[in-house]
Amino acid sequence: MNNKSYLVLDDGTRLEGKQFGADCSVAGEVVFNTAMTGYPESLTDPSYKGQILVLTFPLIGNYGVPRDRFEKGLSKFFESDHVHITGLIISDYSVNYSHWNAMKSLSDWLSENNIPGLYGIDTRALTKHLREKGTMLGKIISSSKGEVDFHDPNKENLVAMVSIPKPLVYQGNDQKIILVDCGVKNNILRCLIDLGVTVKRVPWDYDFTNEDYQGLVLSNGPGDPQLCAPTIMHLAKALERDTPVFGICLGNQLLSIAGGARTYKLKYGHRGYNQPVLKVGTNRAYITSQNHGFAVDNETLGEEWEPYFINLNDNTNEGIRHKTKPFFSTQFHPEASGGPNDTKFLFDEFYRLIEKGNKK
Amino acid sequence: MTTSPVTEKIQKVIILGSGALKIGEAGEFDYSGSQALKALKEEGILTVLVNPNIATIQTSEEIADKVYFLPVTPDFVERVIEKEKPDGILLSFGGQTALNCGIKLFQTGVLEKYHVRVLGTPVQTIIDTEDRERFIEKLQEIGVKTPSSFAVDSTESALDAASKIGYPVIIRAAFTLGGQGSGFSGDEEELKVASAKAFSYSPQILVEESLKGWKEIEYEVVRDCYDNCITVCNMENFDPLGIHTGESIVVAPSQTLTNAEYYKLRDLSIKVIRHLGIIGECNIQYALNPDSEEYRVIEVNARLSRSSALASKATGYPLAFVAAKLGLGYGLHELKNSVTKVTSACFEPALDYIVVKIPRWDLGKFSGVSKQIGSSMKSVGEIMAIGRTFEEAIQKGLRMIGQGMHGFVGNKDLEVEAIETELTEPTDMRIFVIAQALEAGFTVDRICELTRIDRWFLYKLQNIFRLSQSLSHTASLEELQDDLLKEAKRLGFSDFQIARLILKHDKTEVGKDMLVVREHRIKRGILPVVKQIDTLAAEYPAVTNYLYMTYGGTEHDIDYKSDASSLQRAVIVLGSGAYRIGSSVEFDWCSVNALTTVQKAGYRSVMINYNPETVSTDYDLCDRLYFDELSFERVMDIITLENPAGVIISMGGQIPNNLALRLHARGVPVLGTSPVDIDRAEDRHKFSTLLDTLDIDQPRWQELTNLEDILEFAEKVGFPVLVRPSYVLSGAAMNVVSNINELEYFLKLAAKVSKEHPVVVSEFIQEAKEIEIDAIARKGEIIVYAISEHVEFAGVHSGDATIVFPPQKLYIETVRRIKRISRDIAGSLNITGPFNIQFLAKNNDIKVIECNLRASRSFPFVSKVLKTNLIEIGTQVMLGLPFEKPDKSLFDLDYIGVKAPQFSFSRLSKADPVLGVDMASTGEVGCIGDTFSEAILKSMLSVGYRIPGKNIMLSTGPAKAKTTLLEGCRKLFELGYNLYATPGTAEFLISFGIPATVLHWPDENLEPNILGYLRERKIDLVINIPKNLSRTELNNDYLIRRTSVDYNIPLITNANLANAFIMAFCTLKLEDIEIKSWDEY
Repeated sequence: MNNKSYLVLDDGTRLEGKQFGADCSVAGEVVFNTAMTGYPESLTDPSYKGQILVLTFPLIGNYGVPRDRFEKGLSKFFESDHVHITGLIISDYSVNYSHWNAMKSLSDWLSENNIPGLYGIDTRALTKHLREKGTMLGKIISSSKGEVDFHDPNKENLVAMVSIPKPLVYQGNDQKIILVDCGVKNNILRCLIDLGVTVKRVPWDYDFTNEDYQGLVLSNGPGDPQLCAPTIMHLAKALERDTPVFGICLGNQLLSIAGGARTYKLKYGHRGYNQPVLKVGTNRAYITSQNHGFAVDNETLGEEWEPYFINLNDNTNEGIRHKTKPFFSTQFHPEASGGPNDTKFLFDEFYRLIEKGNKK
Repeated sequence: MTTSPVTEKIQKVIILGSGALKIGEAGEFDYSGSQALKALKEEGILTVLVNPNIATIQTSEEIADKVYFLPVTPDFVERVIEKEKPDGILLSFGGQTALNCGIKLFQTGVLEKYHVRVLGTPVQTIIDTEDRERFIEKLQEIGVKTPSSFAVDSTESALDAASKIGYPVIIRAAFTLGGQGSGFSGDEEELKVASAKAFSYSPQILVEESLKGWKEIEYEVVRDCYDNCITVCNMENFDPLGIHTGESIVVAPSQTLTNAEYYKLRDLSIKVIRHLGIIGECNIQYALNPDSEEYRVIEVNARLSRSSALASKATGYPLAFVAAKLGLGYGLHELKNSVTKVTSACFEPALDYIVVKIPRWDLGKFSGVSKQIGSSMKSVGEIMAIGRTFEEAIQKGLRMIGQGMHGFVGNKDLEVEAIETELTEPTDMRIFVIAQALEAGFTVDRICELTRIDRWFLYKLQNIFRLSQSLSHTASLEELQDDLLKEAKRLGFSDFQIARLILKHDKTEVGKDMLVVREHRIKRGILPVVKQIDTLAAEYPAVTNYLYMTYGGTEHDIDYKSDASSLQRAVIVLGSGAYRIGSSVEFDWCSVNALTTVQKAGYRSVMINYNPETVSTDYDLCDRLYFDELSFERVMDIITLENPAGVIISMGGQIPNNLALRLHARGVPVLGTSPVDIDRAEDRHKFSTLLDTLDIDQPRWQELTNLEDILEFAEKVGFPVLVRPSYVLSGAAMNVVSNINELEYFLKLAAKVSKEHPVVVSEFIQEAKEIEIDAIARKGEIIVYAISEHVEFAGVHSGDATIVFPPQKLYIETVRRIKRISRDIAGSLNITGPFNIQFLAKNNDIKVIECNLRASRSFPFVSKVLKTNLIEIGTQVMLGLPFEKPDKSLFDLDYIGVKAPQFSFSRLSKADPVLGVDMASTGEVGCIGDTFSEAILKSMLSVGYRIPGKNIMLSTGPAKAKTTLLEGCRKLFELGYNLYATPGTAEFLISFGIPATVLHWPDENLEPNILGYLRERKIDLVINIPKNLSRTELNNDYLIRRTSVDYNIPLITNANLANAFIMAFCTLKLEDIEIKSWDEY
């Protein structure tokens, strides 16, 4: 387990660490996350597809990896059915874990998923580097497996890779919600199922516009929203109706683009559980869980739209809403997992919009 | 920033401090109060502070607009309110003392009467959290679980409740802090004893289900008036439930909680704080089942607390400052993050390091006290260590507590009789017993079974242990692989530990070996890096320099290269480390004042300290704060990087002072008196020779290595003698013995006597006055000084003595001689900076007993009474700056300051509450009065004495003491007090025509008996003067003293002090005490 491995960045930076997890060489985009808990959740979040994840909290692996259970067809502890990150970079790995619910170590889990990990890295120095230079490409080079080339995941349609091949239905009451899966986290599904509704989870490019539904949810997902042209097209059509729409993370970006706004890439993104957002026009602030590299340009929102939430740290867009129709979205993750649950009430608000729509 | 709606209406705010430092209520409240005052000041609000703790930063100039050195009690505070007419009051910054006082003021209608608005959390909310029954009801309303619990008001109903819950149960007294009067009971008999004790603190006690072994988790929660909530930090106790959180090792953030557990408890915290209606800050404690997600809410503290101070330091989030702003009506989103200055204060800090808090105990200072730790608090201080591995942080921390340990391993062998017992019934040495257990081959599982400490922590400790074995198997430095050395440093091993483990030399060599390891390590390029605490895990740049050092990284956060091109040089001030008996907030005051003086002089001010309870570790106060060890190794690491113009070692007490010579030897520019001269004062032999040369008298003493010589010397100088062994087996390190029997007994039982462990025996002069001088000198010439006298005769440690300044009962001749001696000593030691000399005076015969070439405990007191900041002058002198030489007329003060000690015996179960040559007090107050009586009365009321109602119990010991107290007793009789006395004392009083009722000794099975009277609370004041000078085993006197303390009856054990107190309250009525602020004197 103590083989030397290297993290190489495309600006030439080369850091030496020790290998854990799978012994292989990989390439991707290097991003950092400042959360202090929740590595099983993050690692299985499809939005991290193609990314080498740096965790700023130094002690990782403490509570191992949980023994999974399935409830209503969904994993209880993970956000999808496998690890999505390309590689993991940490400072101090806890070889011995301890938790009543743990069944294996983080290293074993990574190995099973064929994902390499690197520990013994000055993750703070690395994070500062990414903060100053911006997110960049990088690769983990195993000393025994040798070189690989740099690879930019944002040029690929990552969403297509993490979406489902064909629709799935989670049966509930007679309210039907279409959930466009661009790489949806299980907890969005869990939150929707908890509302009691029937959820039809459809592939990212699925044309749902001719179907009957009472609500539309646009999921989170990896990469550049511009690459989701079919989704945006379907969405634009859906916006002609008055049926409630709720977008999350990538869903916020897709809804914005469909509504006429532009998105751009943030220098180093927002990834963590401590991002404060303010509900525009109120004194209510919330701590949110976030994971995104792209953002909506507040200045480009169409006439019909207004910012719903803004980030209290850097004033970036954290959500939009339609001025007259029941459409809204958030850049943050109200479903959390991991992170704070403070904005879970948005699922209830969405449900109220659905009910209101039914009465009309 | 918008102006808050409340601020517009609020112009003057009164804030209550926490009084003297005591167990459970210590320096953290100086920090939180100072932060609150700063927050108010920023808003242009006038501030009035009531706090008799004169050694605090918050009671310094320019912090509050008005300072009242008065007791934080409802009657005094009401009179301050009446005089000052504030619009608002802050209750949550002065610990339980301020909270209790505030509740009383609310309940008696005082706040309403004077239209004082409570800012922040409403008083009703505070009451809801303090009254257990109401608290549980409130939480039940929202379906939040609490331990099954019954509030009872009699022992019978306690037994009844326990049978419903099932044993073991835990007993808690309502309205106390630090778990006073609480404990576990395994059966009916234990419960009877425990409940009787708890009822002595509170009319209501709780009988609760025991959750022993559950994880203990805390959250610091903040809420504003817009209902925005954040949790700034969570913390996990290393020691599971059953050990008070103040007695536990604590880590932040939690380490063994999954995301689901972390956020489940966080959600509950927010739900609770909203339901209770807190505005500002609160602390919530949970028990979490280690085998499921089951939880209980243990406690909510609706105020700033020790945990909140720790959380502030652990995260860089200034909780008290923000809480004060929220009290004024700001929203969290309207405030900025104090570290980045650009991002919002409405966020939850992300840490990229781990902190470990370790309590500091001083149980060895007390006789009779149990070393076991449990559900009530006994520790007197704490440290916080920061690292990027748990191993690094805990090893740093174990060095920081300053109990002679070098980390988790590499310590001198403990004498552990039964490892298993010590693990199941933990003492203050628990963590070191874990090291022994690993050494003895115990598995992690077995240790977990015995201690219930989570395996994760134990695995990490095992990592340290295993690495120490690898080091031990390394024969020499040449053989030591770089990778192993790097790993050792990453796991927090000091050069000293490495030296001891590899080079294996004995004690005398290891100091040199450490330097060898250091040089080797530096040569191999294995160096620590400096990291910043920035609240956001590097996501945004920090503008403050809150720093720590680690081997868990490769890059500094500070650009030291650009220092070199800067014209500004650094001056480093070394802080005081963990608060302990003998070194506490007074040295923080000195350090902070030195630091501000350095900064004002244009230097880059650099602080090194690791005590989270202090103001000196507030990153706002200096240019660079290194929250790190004060070890030679770490200080040298920092000096190498900072390349300072000078290092100040004379402000932080003995810890930095002890580094003087070693720093000097490495060419470090130590400011002030030369370390060589410091050594001449510190080294007993050198100093003695110096005094002889100067023809200055000192008590005769000798350093001896066998019993015969000791006996011979004692016979020669005459008993009593003061005995100071260098190796103590049990009990106190110093003792006064009155005869051969006592001497033999003490030396055989308590100390080792040998060539390696000599004993210093000194002549002990009875009934001598003790006098101190605190002064600043420049190149041997005294610039400013303050002479003060003790109320008690010599024999009471100067830290436990009641000190009067300016002195009231000294002959002019004595003062003149003291000045002359001080001048001679200052001159021959070429002193530059602060120093303190202690003298004995008997019939104008002056003897020097001690000399410290550093700031002493009394500097803040004399500085504030004099209104001349001795530390500022001292620092200016050391920096070679111009200073203002105080006007001589300053010494003609027409008021008097009295400093009184605060004891925490009530928390130290079974400890004998008696004074001796070793210090026992945990804190102090200093009050000013127009007369001696007024000053001493204020001081004594401030440390918890009450003017007795009508019944006073006397057992006045030796004849001399009886005589001292005679006039006082007559006064008491004349004023209509009922005097009760032990047979001998009663006989003495009656023979002088003072009626006294005889109460029989505890061991006489006769009625009326003293113990019965005490337990029935028929006595309002106990005066018990011990018959001999030694701290002896349990006897009648001990029983009287201990029972008084346990039943919360004021106790005085010194005749001079008792007399002064009696005279004061007999001549001065409470209402005659003038309410004057500091600036009105």
